[in-house]
Amino acid sequence: MPATESVARWTVEQVLSLAPDDASRKAGNKLASAGLWSGTGFDGSGAVWGLCKGSGSKPYQTVVDTTGPAYRCSCPSRKFPCKHALGLLLLRASGDGEIQQGEPADWAAQWLEARRGRVEAKQAKQEAVASGESAPGPADSGAARKRAERRAERVTSGAQELEQRLTDLLRGGLATADRAGYTLWEETAARMVDAQAPGLASRVRELGAIPGSGPGWPVRLLEECGLLHLLDTAWLGREALPDQLAATVRTRVGLPMSAEGPPVRDHWLVLAQYDTPDGRLVTRRIWLYGRESGRTALLLSFGPMGRAPELALPVGVTIDAELTPYPGGGLRADLGRQFATPGPVPGTPPPGGSTATALAVHADALRGDPWLDAWPVTLRDVIPVPSGGGWQLADAESESALPLTPAALSRPGLWKLVALSGGGPVTVFGELGHRGFDPFAAWDTGAGRGGGSGGATNGTVRLI
Amino acid sequence: MPRTTTGPTADRSLVSLPWEELVTSALLGTDRRPPVAPGGRVPADGPAALLDAVALHTVRRRAGLLPAVPGARPEPTPHDPRPQLPEAARHRLAQLLADRAAPTASGRRGAAPDLTELIPQWLATANRLGFRAPAALVPPLLDAARARTDLRPQALAFAGPLGLWLAALNPEWKFALRGSAGGSLVPDTSDPEAVRRLWEEGLFAERIALLDAVRAREPGAALALLTTVWSTERAEDRLMFLDSLRTGLGAGDEEFLEQALADRSRNVRATAAELLSALPSSAFAGRMAARATSCVNPDRTGAGAGAGASIAVEAPHECDAGMQRDGVAAVPPTGRGERSWWLVQLVEATPLGVWQEQFGGRPAEEIVALPVADDWAGELHAAWCRAAVRQRHPEWARALLGAASAPPAGSPGPASIAERSKLLAVLSEAERASWVAAFIAAHGLSEAFQLLGVCTVPWAGPLGRAVVDALDIARDGGSYPWSFSGVMGLAERCLDPAEADRLEVLTATPDEQEDASPGAGGYWSEAFQRLVSTLRLRAAMEAELT
Repeated sequence: MPATESVARWTVEQVLSLAPDDASRKAGNKLASAGLWSGTGFDGSGAVWGLCKGSGSKPYQTVVDTTGPAYRCSCPSRKFPCKHALGLLLLRASGDGEIQQGEPADWAAQWLEARRGRVEAKQAKQEAVASGESAPGPADSGAARKRAERRAERVTSGAQELEQRLTDLLRGGLATADRAGYTLWEETAARMVDAQAPGLASRVRELGAIPGSGPGWPVRLLEECGLLHLLDTAWLGREALPDQLAATVRTRVGLPMSAEGPPVRDHWLVLAQYDTPDGRLVTRRIWLYGRESGRTALLLSFGPMGRAPELALPVGVTIDAELTPYPGGGLRADLGRQFATPGPVPGTPPPGGSTATALAVHADALRGDPWLDAWPVTLRDVIPVPSGGGWQLADAESESALPLTPAALSRPGLWKLVALSGGGPVTVFGELGHRGFDPFAAWDTGAGRGGGSGGATNGTVRLI
Repeated sequence: MPRTTTGPTADRSLVSLPWEELVTSALLGTDRRPPVAPGGRVPADGPAALLDAVALHTVRRRAGLLPAVPGARPEPTPHDPRPQLPEAARHRLAQLLADRAAPTASGRRGAAPDLTELIPQWLATANRLGFRAPAALVPPLLDAARARTDLRPQALAFAGPLGLWLAALNPEWKFALRGSAGGSLVPDTSDPEAVRRLWEEGLFAERIALLDAVRAREPGAALALLTTVWSTERAEDRLMFLDSLRTGLGAGDEEFLEQALADRSRNVRATAAELLSALPSSAFAGRMAARATSCVNPDRTGAGAGAGASIAVEAPHECDAGMQRDGVAAVPPTGRGERSWWLVQLVEATPLGVWQEQFGGRPAEEIVALPVADDWAGELHAAWCRAAVRQRHPEWARALLGAASAPPAGSPGPASIAERSKLLAVLSEAERASWVAAFIAAHGLSEAFQLLGVCTVPWAGPLGRAVVDALDIARDGGSYPWSFSGVMGLAERCLDPAEADRLEVLTATPDEQEDASPGAGGYWSEAFQRLVSTLRLRAAMEAELT
């Protein structure tokens, strides 16, 4: 077997999905032209490198390690990955044989070696910790425990203060809440930040936005106040809670947690990747589905506003990797060691179920975490159906449907989904919450229709 | 339970309250409206008890969500039998469309290809090969077609039934449903009964599309359709229908067109006359020829040079009823003498073959070269040009174009580039290309843009080389490349991709010359790089599709 065949290549869509924004996508696209590059190459370890002619005399040195994926470029851009890295990957994806297999150039090899060295050292350390070889000394753990206790006390006083504000609000009536305005909530949120309870702070900030959210706001505000009160009381009475629920409460309040469950190795299909602005941060969510374990997992990464977070996985690739879950009943996990270059092997979509099953799964999840906004589910054989001003996903075989969330209606992904369906059944992954279903990825089940189907069979179509 | 002092007991009782009661109490405040369970007491800690109950209600309602009743399911899309795109071509289309959607960063074009400009070519190739559009790419394709009307026919043809199906669901894509805009609704003409029904009951756009389709397949049948309803149609519609006869115009149409010369509408009459003049053997052409030859004659009074060696023109003195019936407009546009106006109309409508006989068997190029008396040359030649274009007469077109290397002004040929490009369109592809190549070699690129527009893509070898050489000369001349951005853009789209290797040498940045514009060398090398990389990209696009 020739060596080139063993090196997996990303597809154009997958590379484009890595771009931090539309402008970079376009810029990268323009740079995906062989004439601009020299000294390009790739090797069997998943590295791609090349020199890109820029406006200056010296070309930019761009190197990508697709196993991370990780990027380095000598250009001054703060975007991540930068347009040069995207252009290089697109050139590689186009597969005109423009990039040949070879040995990395010196400058590329240096960076690759250094990076892989760091990754290995980190993994070795993690493994050592996991196996208890170099457990932190008793003095360390004592100090850490003290720090944790101090923080818990501050959170407790914050929760008490918040509880007081909520009762005051209810005493005076919610009708006055819109008059109190945004500042009251901002101030309370700031107090929660001081109390080192960022989870409470962001919930409080969201409360502040509700009075301006249109008709029916008092009911929505009351609901959220009730849930916030529930979180307060849960924190204050956490000693009495079962372990799992207590861990969920700690996460919701915003205490730092670390991934500590036993790592799960699997072939993980990347279902979705999207960014949401969150105060001064950008939060990136990456949903994964494990082919063997059947687990759904969520990777979170953060970046400062205006700059995309570093971790980027192209939608539709499957990675052979270990994930370390966080405690509690949630799905969050950390990406651990990867065993092979991510490849465009068509992933198998999660099997999924009917809309009724999805609702049952959502209800079940709420039992473990009543503060959930939404829960990931896969709907099998559903048809997008226009309904009133919005859309639903209706079971192909039964008279039951889920409405799409208002946010989903304004995204271009809606029409991709409708086009993919062409009036026939498709499989859709997304989040189901009390506002409706938010589609993230879809697969054409190709149930014998020639008309609607298109694209690679079983290819993951990105909707967000 | 008698004592209700502790929280949990209190909220249990409040939970039995209906949700609306809880909301009212919360809105007005628990001080004014304390929540009380039926038969219970006012809880000691009203707000907390209320919030407990609210939380329980909220989570219970969220967990107990029921599925909605589905709306009417849309009809599935009709079957599209076209084969799937090859994988690489699908990725390419995704890339082209992604580029269109993103905002443009800066005005100046760098060394990278302009992907949006390649969408039309990609679509044309994909349609020629009969591929089906990948479903997920149809929405961005429709968005692209919405923004650029020139993309619509090809984009809609490629989108196929799925495109129309989607357009019916999204008002933003309504344009796709207007048949005439897209030409995508090619009606099925195989069923005579369906054709008749559509022709009698269809919307105007549908009827035009139908007439065009029938005309393309069977000219006589279209004429038959038209005659059935002719007199009842509105004047604007009659004009559009008459226009459909341009395709497949033949002797069979003469009788109908003769009748149309008596139409109520002046525009219909003029169009009928124009169509008849393209039928050299028609009675109409004979009448016009008789009138024209009485006006334009060999000059027999010429001194010395021999009889018939120059042309004498005697413009008509009146526009009689017969002329008017044959579509000659009696009233000239402002600023034009009426006699010359009548003359050019007669010459335009006269079959060109007549002149050979009139001038003693001389071929076209000799007739064109003859001197014309009394400054009539301009009017006469311009009229012949229009006749050559209308009658698609290559020999006359060639004669009127003259030698490509001749200076544009002062030659007996047509002065305007617009007229030349129309004449070129009458010639064969190869002849067109070599004429334009010779023109560029002689006069450079400054006037070539419009002429290049009528050449077939990809440009033939000699033409491509002439353009590249001229660009090279322009660079050495020291000007900036954006003075030639029009031709550059055309070259990117029209040069044969096989030329890319030959162009590679031009991408190097030359040493700055003293008389050159500052930095021009660098910009030229960038422009040539873009040209080369665009050509390479086009070659790759073609290869992916085939």
